[in-house]
Amino acid sequence: MKNKTLLDHTALNYTLHRLAYEVYEQHTDFSNLAFISLQPRGVALGKRIVAELERLVKDQKILHGALDVTFYRDDFRRREEVLVPSTTDIEFSIEGKEIILIDDVLYTGRTVRSGLDALLDFGRPKHVELLVLIDRRFSRELPVQPDYTGRTVDVVRDERVKVEWTYDDTNNRVILFSEDQ
Amino acid sequence: MSTLSTKHLLGIKDVTREDIELIFKTADNFKEVINRPIKKVPSLRDVTIANIFFENSTRTKLSFELAEKRLSADVVNFSASSSSVKKGETLVDTVNNILAMKVDMVVMRHPNPGACVHLSRHVDCSIINAGDGAHEHPTQALLDAYSLREKLGSLEGKKILIVGDILHSRVALSNIFCLQKLGAEVRVCGPATLIPKHLEELGVKVMLNLREAIAWCDVANMLRIQLERQDIQYFPSLREYSMQYGLTRQLLDELGKKDIIIMHPGPINRGVEITSDLADSEYSIILNQVENGVAVRMSVLYLLAGKTKASS
Repeated sequence: MKNKTLLDHTALNYTLHRLAYEVYEQHTDFSNLAFISLQPRGVALGKRIVAELERLVKDQKILHGALDVTFYRDDFRRREEVLVPSTTDIEFSIEGKEIILIDDVLYTGRTVRSGLDALLDFGRPKHVELLVLIDRRFSRELPVQPDYTGRTVDVVRDERVKVEWTYDDTNNRVILFSEDQ
Repeated sequence: MSTLSTKHLLGIKDVTREDIELIFKTADNFKEVINRPIKKVPSLRDVTIANIFFENSTRTKLSFELAEKRLSADVVNFSASSSSVKKGETLVDTVNNILAMKVDMVVMRHPNPGACVHLSRHVDCSIINAGDGAHEHPTQALLDAYSLREKLGSLEGKKILIVGDILHSRVALSNIFCLQKLGAEVRVCGPATLIPKHLEELGVKVMLNLREAIAWCDVANMLRIQLERQDIQYFPSLREYSMQYGLTRQLLDELGKKDIIIMHPGPINRGVEITSDLADSEYSIILNQVENGVAVRMSVLYLLAGKTKASS
């Protein structure tokens, strides 16, 4: 197994700043906006994006929830292990809100599809956008495209992209794992 | 570990502590689901479940049916009174006929102990025991333990008393297995005629005096006298039973029991095993048990369905 760093701590920080600014550019009013991070791996990214934005807009409260999509997946009874769900924690109504869905890596698009289905069970948002840190191009199985992208990468199917967050935010990074040839 | 060790849920005796913990963890998520505006998820949309009840049931059947529908499964209901069982068909034939209509899982209640085990050896689908005679009622034990865990945190070292007709109770046996696996100490209390022989071999102490037993316990699970299962007279009268083994507020006050938890699997005979005001009191978690029943059954159905494979 070989690995290669796609984004080191500094580069990842720049990317997080940029993503926050891109969201800010499109949404200056946060009163009707909410962030929903997809469990489990979108939540760490969501927290950091929200923290960046809170620095930009000091006087506005930013809504942030976590959504688990396990019960909405399309591969139930088609994989060996049953996936154990994480917590869904949405403490506000999404009815009529502008929602930004957050996940760390966009790959086949199936998780985002499940996320949209799960989201609509909580109400009818005004519109929904998608923010991802890594977009694995050319791997899509469903017509899903992000509105905000941290980094676009071209990787083959056997390779794996992993976003690693440290508790103290001192060595966050994005790594590409690939099998030895 | 994210898979149950078993393909069926025939009894708590056959499952591990890890299985129980996994069922509870998943039930936490389903409890959140059934409190949403839309109380339904699509997980089991390609699964058909038959509820086969050879014995009367109100809340278990309703609870299973709600759990199945909230998982988006297709549900068929079947009760013995309207079936070909009356025409002489065997259990295995009846169930195989239902399975031939492409049913994936069976939830069964049967008056004979071991009926589900017998069925699991002869048919090819996942079977969930919804009560087999006086043997086991695993989902009731799971929802009881889940409700206690919600109230107490861990069950490790907790003192749990089961009061009443232990001899005819499948709830008692399943509860004993489940609570012991979770580290609790279980004792039973009731008239000597309604305590099965050899219960001590399961590590369960028998107490014949309710006052002493209540003074000992953290939790009292009050069972109903199952008159319909009693072939002979086990005690002189219901009035006498109630005086000896009925739980009253007066008894709790005399013992200074301020933080006891009272449970009941239902249906309650108010004024017999428990007084009406206690059943509705701050000590009672009877309605929590009913709510948790749906979440726990969703969890069991979901985890067992995950072990079956979708047809391609």
